[in-house]
Amino acid sequence: MASLVGSRVERKEDKKLLTGRGKYTADVTFAHQTYAYFVRSPHARAQIKNVDTSKAEKSSGVVAVLTGKDIANDKIGGLIAGWRIKSEDGSDMKVPAHPPLASESVNYVGDHVAVVIAESLDEARNAADLVKVDYKVLKAVVKTDQAMDSENIYKDIPKNLCFDWLLGDREKVKEAFDKADKIIKIDLINNRLIPNAMEPRAANADYNPSTEEITLYTTSQNPHLARIIISAFNGVAPENKLRVIAPDVGGGFGSKIYPYAEEVVCSWASKKIERPVKWVADRTESFLSDCHGRDHVTHAELAVKNDGTFLGFKNETIANIGAYASVFATVTPTYLFGPCATGVYKMPAAYSNVKAVFTNTAPVDAYRGAGRPEATYTIETLVEKAARELGMDPAEIRMKNFPTEFPFQQTLVHSVDSGDYNAGLKKAMEVGDYKGFEKRKNESASRGKLRGIGFCSYFEACGIAPSAVVMSLGCGIGLWESAEVRFNPTGNVTVFTGSHSHGQGHDTTFAQIAADRLGVPLENIEISHGDTDKGPFGYGTYGSRSLTVGGTAIVKACDKIVAKGKKVAAKMLEVNESEVDFKDGEFIVAKSNKKKTIGEVAFACYLPGTYGEVKSPLPEGEEPGLKETSFFDPGNFSFPAGSHICEVEVDPETGNTEVVKYTAVDDFGTIINPLIVEGQVHGGLAQGIGQALYENCHYDDTGQLVTASYMDYTMPRADNFPEFNLGFTCTPATSNPLGTKGCGEAGAIAAPPAVMNAVMNAVGTEVSMPATAEKVWNACQKMNKSNSKAA
Amino acid sequence: MKKVSLEVNGKKVSKEVPDHTVLSVFLREVLNLTGTHVGCDTSQCGACVVHVDGKSIKSCTALAADIEGSKVTTIEGLVSNGKMHPMQEAFKKQHGLQCGFCTPGMVMSAIDLLNHKKNPSDKEIRDWLEGNICRCTGYQNIVAAVKEAASKM
Amino acid sequence: MKTFNYHSTKDVKEATKLASSSSAFLAGGMTTLPSMKLGLASYKDIIDIKRIKKLSGIKASGKSVTIGSTTKHVEVANSKEVKKAIPSLAALAEGIGDPQVRNRGTIGGSIANNDPSADYPSACIALNATIHTNNRKISADKFFTGMFETSLKKGELIEAIEFQIPEKSCYQKYPNPASRYAIVGVYVAKHKSDVNVAVTGAKSCVYNEKSIASALLKNFSSSSLDNVKISSSGMNSDIHASADYRANMVKIFAKKAVDAC
Repeated sequence: MASLVGSRVERKEDKKLLTGRGKYTADVTFAHQTYAYFVRSPHARAQIKNVDTSKAEKSSGVVAVLTGKDIANDKIGGLIAGWRIKSEDGSDMKVPAHPPLASESVNYVGDHVAVVIAESLDEARNAADLVKVDYKVLKAVVKTDQAMDSENIYKDIPKNLCFDWLLGDREKVKEAFDKADKIIKIDLINNRLIPNAMEPRAANADYNPSTEEITLYTTSQNPHLARIIISAFNGVAPENKLRVIAPDVGGGFGSKIYPYAEEVVCSWASKKIERPVKWVADRTESFLSDCHGRDHVTHAELAVKNDGTFLGFKNETIANIGAYASVFATVTPTYLFGPCATGVYKMPAAYSNVKAVFTNTAPVDAYRGAGRPEATYTIETLVEKAARELGMDPAEIRMKNFPTEFPFQQTLVHSVDSGDYNAGLKKAMEVGDYKGFEKRKNESASRGKLRGIGFCSYFEACGIAPSAVVMSLGCGIGLWESAEVRFNPTGNVTVFTGSHSHGQGHDTTFAQIAADRLGVPLENIEISHGDTDKGPFGYGTYGSRSLTVGGTAIVKACDKIVAKGKKVAAKMLEVNESEVDFKDGEFIVAKSNKKKTIGEVAFACYLPGTYGEVKSPLPEGEEPGLKETSFFDPGNFSFPAGSHICEVEVDPETGNTEVVKYTAVDDFGTIINPLIVEGQVHGGLAQGIGQALYENCHYDDTGQLVTASYMDYTMPRADNFPEFNLGFTCTPATSNPLGTKGCGEAGAIAAPPAVMNAVMNAVGTEVSMPATAEKVWNACQKMNKSNSKAA
Repeated sequence: MKKVSLEVNGKKVSKEVPDHTVLSVFLREVLNLTGTHVGCDTSQCGACVVHVDGKSIKSCTALAADIEGSKVTTIEGLVSNGKMHPMQEAFKKQHGLQCGFCTPGMVMSAIDLLNHKKNPSDKEIRDWLEGNICRCTGYQNIVAAVKEAASKM
Repeated sequence: MKTFNYHSTKDVKEATKLASSSSAFLAGGMTTLPSMKLGLASYKDIIDIKRIKKLSGIKASGKSVTIGSTTKHVEVANSKEVKKAIPSLAALAEGIGDPQVRNRGTIGGSIANNDPSADYPSACIALNATIHTNNRKISADKFFTGMFETSLKKGELIEAIEFQIPEKSCYQKYPNPASRYAIVGVYVAKHKSDVNVAVTGAKSCVYNEKSIASALLKNFSSSSLDNVKISSSGMNSDIHASADYRANMVKIFAKKAVDAC
């Protein structure tokens, strides 16, 4: 049987999604359904003096109006920060209380104040208008770089500082910088983004008073995490009385990893009113209350020798984490950011210092790439600047500093198991026809356009693990993954995974792995995920971890199945277990060529007897059934890497900038399904190019979100992109038996610096993201002035 | 309340709904045709695109009452005798969808394009899809799918 | 959205009779419905005028093209008459919104709404349009009075827009990357005895950029604009573009339009 690994298998999940038969949370409606509408703060920062619900309660169709006082009275716990970070001085991070419904103060526009539950959504919304909230409006803290110098938002958090974290050695960096021929400096802003999964968040909680069980449908990347948080921290219901189902989910990109206030409130309210409570965000609510991404202000320096050798690196960053510390808000700008900031280079000395600040804006959390795009943007724009200042070719300076021996001990944390960065960059230069750039540039010039080229070589740490290590660094959860492989008596297979697919194609990729391992046809394997009542506990999907960690758990569970199957087959074939081999779904005795298929063995395991005589196919002591579970906790992160080359064309008259050529060469280790992997790269690139050229979350000085709809927040569209050229190199990961590394975030990590380096190459000066027409036009004006002076 | 009579996916339906019911709500909540999705409030994302009398429109921005008497086709109406429409087949073959949320609108919009233009260029496809936002695919495989469908239709 | 009474009307009289201070006419609904959904507007009565037959259609004479107010953008874009008489107008319609918006949105709705960055108002100014309502004719330069404001009286209904056929004309815009409305749109039209340079997106209301128009009247070539200075005073400044940028783009896009005429 030909291996399915590496094969472009069309997705098993597509037909339902293509025919309107998918089931998303908003599609789920229960009998006796009620509808929730949230009263949200119109102010960025205010004290709540009074909430008067009397008029709303009398409004047509209203079932209940619940406030922060109600939720406090019921002792429902607040939302949590999931990763504890210590400051350089050894003190613990400071986080404010984050009640699901505010009772004392509101801290961003969109903060939750009350919920109106009614027989219909219209009635809930109409009544919400009648909830009268008296606010004492306070001055909002909005700007990332001014937060520490502004009024304290929370009285016990001085300077609005969550933590002041250091990774690395300041002394060693100082020594390195003292030896440098040149110090390259850069100041940059990593622009704030709004994830904008196309499916708005939603929740539908159904409490059954007789069993005291809540079933919560929710738009989650991670239903098990939602359950444990809502249960253990919010205290809404014990874990065994809370079933969380994340059915089809319309994209996440990080914004749906953890539960929000709405899920907690709907679950709690359903219990209170003993009816199902449904909430579906409209897009404006999504803009206001989904966690945002990025938002760093960074100063970084690179110490170099004149020959281009890197000696040291320092990174001083202020990270805006918004009004409250969301679940992964504190790890994103620290351990996911700092270690990767030295890039794919030998860097004798380095440190990353990050100050995380609170502001009166929506919470900021993980967004596709989470920390690694910020890191890569920092180092890769710095390296490109170093090349310019030293008069070196951007490829040459990179290659000079690439490690060539693996495992490579990266400066700050990681031991990178495998890679070949030179091969990746060389291939990118070939695929992208670097040699032909000058010709293309001249051709663009003949049409009055400025063409620029930009490089980015990146690595990322994903498949986050091992649990013992990350927990020692403050992580509040384990990061292993689970799988249960269940043979059904008739020989087909259901595989349960603790990860969750919301576009990544697990139904197909995971089935490919199991099909190969068990020798069962792909169509006889079903992947089940997203229901805490079905499979074992797991940690969901984010950080390009599912295949590497969750896929390995499947492999290990399959191996256990085969091990048991061997024992049973040996008994059935009346030979010693050591004489049985397993290949392509068959247990074979080599010397006699006698065999049993895995289906026959499964059948025997479930029906362990023989008609007419007392005879079991099961060896002595072996239990009936054929189902195995595995929990895989890898020994290391995985480290995808690659080189991307972008070419842009600028219209100097208008500043309009287009990506006209984009080449991505990535090393994701072993690729299971190239069709799906290419799709992941395309999507990541669109988000990365989006950050570089189009997307920007903008709050005004009073903390009002200006970009609160698609009229003002630029979502990239089909006409914003050229056709991407992809290439791959492969050095398999050594930390998992599949050799996979993860592919979901690469595009979003590599594209921003590749694009911005190209823009800078075209217009000669630094431009901040997003490189809007106006900013680029201003850069062109500057260039024209300096050119005319030179002339 | 208004009585709205339509032909939806070849079947005549007649329902009494509040005057302000938009077509997307009519389809999703009154007829339980939840394949049509709603992804924004400003008529831009295109997840809700359906055909009304053969033309693609955004069902979130049309009153049900206002299209009284029309023929509506939704994503559920494309399958015939258990076989997917060539556009649906092409999206599957070219991996033109990931999370699937924008997909119904994308497919309906793309079919309308091919009704106008048999063999559109890449640029024409990308321009036409201006009203359909996808956050997952980077559009490349969607363009490939539309071209594939064009060669089959 | 807040509920209302929906009326589908068959003739203009019926429609205007139903109109009140808390009603709105509904054509394509491309702006009316989203603003109601967002809670920015609410009405007691929505008066659908799409079934009034005489309000839809395109007629061309030797001097003008008259387009009924409920004529959809797609119909204008594809109209042989428009393409022949005023190709720039068909091109403008082809560039409004996206295909689904063009399948529903109407010319009358667009100009009655008078969004400061909408395309059609610039066509009206550039092409010396006359707006025919149920009880009078209004020339375009008197019609657009301010941001989202027109000289239409309550209950007054646009029946048709009559465009003067120019000698040559062209519309060029720089779209807002998010909304795709014009950050700056410039409609240049050369008529027998005058030149109009209608600008949308740049100020709170569409206007005729006289400095460019008079330069072009002397010499209809883009080089004649080299020394024209456009002041940024009164121009919009927002997160998408500053007033200075808009001022510069008015000239750049006027040049592009002249070159493409």
